[in-house]
Amino acid sequence: MDLAFTKEEQAFREEVRAFFRDNVPPDTRRKLVEGRHLTKDEMVTWWRILNKKGWGVSHWPKQYGGTGWTSVQHYIFNEELQSYPAPQPLAFGVSMVGPVIYTFGNEEQKKKYLPRIANVDDWWCQGFSEPGSGSDLASLKTKAERRGDKWIINGQKTWTTLAQHADMIFCLCRTDASAKKQMGISFIVFSMKSKGVTVRPIQTIDGGHEVNEVFFDDVEVPYENLIGEENKGWDYAKFLLGNERTGIARVGVSKERLRRIRDLAGKVESGGKPIIQDSAFREKLAACEIELKALELTQLRVVADEGKHGKGKPNPASSVLKIKGSEIQQTTTELLMEVIGPFAAPYDVHGDDGSNEAMDWTAQIAPSYFNNRKVSIYGGSNEIQRNIIAKAVLGL
Amino acid sequence: MDFDLTEEQRLLKDSIDGLLTDSYDFESRKKYMKEKGGWSKAVWLKLAEQGLLGLPFSEADGGFGGGGVETMIVMEALGKALVLEPYLATVVIGGGFLRHAGTEAQKAAHVPGIVDGSKTLAFAQLEKNSRYDLFDVATSAKKKGDGWVIDGEKFVVLNGENADTLVVTARTRGDRRDTTGIGVFLVPASARGITKKSYPTQDGLHAADITFTGVEVGADAAIGNPDDSLALIERVVDEARVALCAEAVGLMDESLKTTVEYIKTRKQFGVAIGSFQSLQHRASDMFVATEQARSMSMFATMANDFENARERSNAIAAAKAQIGKSLKFVGQQSIQLHGGIGMTMEARIGHYFKRLTMIENTFGDTDYHQRRVADAGGLI
Repeated sequence: MDLAFTKEEQAFREEVRAFFRDNVPPDTRRKLVEGRHLTKDEMVTWWRILNKKGWGVSHWPKQYGGTGWTSVQHYIFNEELQSYPAPQPLAFGVSMVGPVIYTFGNEEQKKKYLPRIANVDDWWCQGFSEPGSGSDLASLKTKAERRGDKWIINGQKTWTTLAQHADMIFCLCRTDASAKKQMGISFIVFSMKSKGVTVRPIQTIDGGHEVNEVFFDDVEVPYENLIGEENKGWDYAKFLLGNERTGIARVGVSKERLRRIRDLAGKVESGGKPIIQDSAFREKLAACEIELKALELTQLRVVADEGKHGKGKPNPASSVLKIKGSEIQQTTTELLMEVIGPFAAPYDVHGDDGSNEAMDWTAQIAPSYFNNRKVSIYGGSNEIQRNIIAKAVLGL
Repeated sequence: MDFDLTEEQRLLKDSIDGLLTDSYDFESRKKYMKEKGGWSKAVWLKLAEQGLLGLPFSEADGGFGGGGVETMIVMEALGKALVLEPYLATVVIGGGFLRHAGTEAQKAAHVPGIVDGSKTLAFAQLEKNSRYDLFDVATSAKKKGDGWVIDGEKFVVLNGENADTLVVTARTRGDRRDTTGIGVFLVPASARGITKKSYPTQDGLHAADITFTGVEVGADAAIGNPDDSLALIERVVDEARVALCAEAVGLMDESLKTTVEYIKTRKQFGVAIGSFQSLQHRASDMFVATEQARSMSMFATMANDFENARERSNAIAAAKAQIGKSLKFVGQQSIQLHGGIGMTMEARIGHYFKRLTMIENTFGDTDYHQRRVADAGGLI
């Protein structure tokens, strides 16, 4: 047992850190620190810088453009990326549909989609949730009917993150209504520019526009856009959701936010002195940092285990990472609220167009607090994660 | 970075788990509790036979050269089996003082007896008003000739009744809360002027309140610098905290396992109560708390070897705080999920809860350690 990183791993960390320092556009970094939304251009610009370096799809197999890094290197890369902070790769393409395509897709699909995912020539979005299918995802109703060499797709998806930017969607569609609910679902990809696709924004409680409703009205999709086998889509969806295990804890994000809290708490006054000198506040902050340290170690245990025993099947430990990681992220946003106190109140509708640049930094803190309530809901709510632990780990 | 055990460490774990499975079921434990001083000499000798009592001592001193991971393995196993024998007091703490600061003569006088199981130790540190502050020492050690005369009162000394040698913190100069002027003394339990009041503790162990009245010891009694041993005490108590963290993880593992087994078999409304989601989620949260505790126990074990004393203490404080939070949740919810049966002395689970609870109140509780981390500037 040894928690130290090797010399090579430390050198790798330095290399990654230096690359971020020299290549992340300063404005992009600042906006992330302040909890602002980035424009599409800002994100794509950074992802292409990353891809040019060969790190855009770092965890993919080498033949598709991956790096061949060890689990520990991936961990270091993610931690540095999150805590610098720089925008994380677009999960929908890089972590979700990409691995499904290179694992279950045919050669033609791999050739067609993978390089475009890596360079974000296509912005992908995820068509899973529906108004009536949240935690009970397999009850989804969006229908794909085979007609000659086409699929005709009808239905509605919701909570579709950044669909307003998307060129492509990967979609779970019911293709056999007579089968048991998990058995009649297929995994189909298609262009968001297709006729019959309508995107409607959903404004969230922070005032932001991240998620959308997406409607399909007789959308025609070539049959060849089916990934893998017909009616096997549920297996691919499970693969996709279990694929991303350790990034989910977002330890780097929380670390960066805690550093910001310490920094602000040294400046903002309470009772005539910086709030960091208030022992009650300081102890709360320490409690959060201790939880985060424990989570970081738990994550490293999962990483080390992956490195030793391969990725294999989804690891229920990822549910621990999801639950604790989201709780800690939420605590950090609460602490930020506490630091700024009454200055949490001024309202500023933040858009993605950067039009509110002049607004004081405090304006983003309450929205960020509101926005972060989502992290215990998405990606399988924390209650679903508890179901998974109860079933898969405890055998209940 | 590696969290796996080596081949030898796995063997160690198997051998101690095997020994305790054979000799430490719940009924046997009740019998051991009634022996003199509250633990079984026979079990203690079995631990010695397997080399466990000499584990952390160097080979030159007659031990087996084990490190922090080996102690962690042993303490987890002792926790799992709810062991009463004085491993913490004798091997971890008493042995810790000898390993870190004992002279060759002191080691020669004490280590062989520890290793072969013939002698046990106890740490007489807590005072009426010292609470968790290790520097808060009113007991005095006044110079007399080459030796010292010790006067004062110590409380809740674990293994105080059976110990052959007491490791006593006492002040050679300064005021009660000065951080200098504190020494550590090896005092034979049979020395004149020592009176003991022994009693069982809430968790089934045994402790004693000990009064020292003009107890005379020789020049060879002091371990380390008799005028400035706070750093030594902190070092050894940090190791005790790390050991308690591991013991707590063993206790939590077993509490969770026992509780999950119980809710799988206990039927109400015609079904196993473990089929109810509210109970499943509670059990899942217990699992999360236990895993977070395990991570911090490992962290503390590694941190014990940090060169920088400040970083070491800060990391161990963080671990003790995390473990305190986890153990309170796991302990309390184990009782809750057992329902009425969990309230009875007959059920094992309550005894796990009680030991966990006492660990929280030993060498600093969650609030105490959280404050230490906060005052040290945090962990980020």
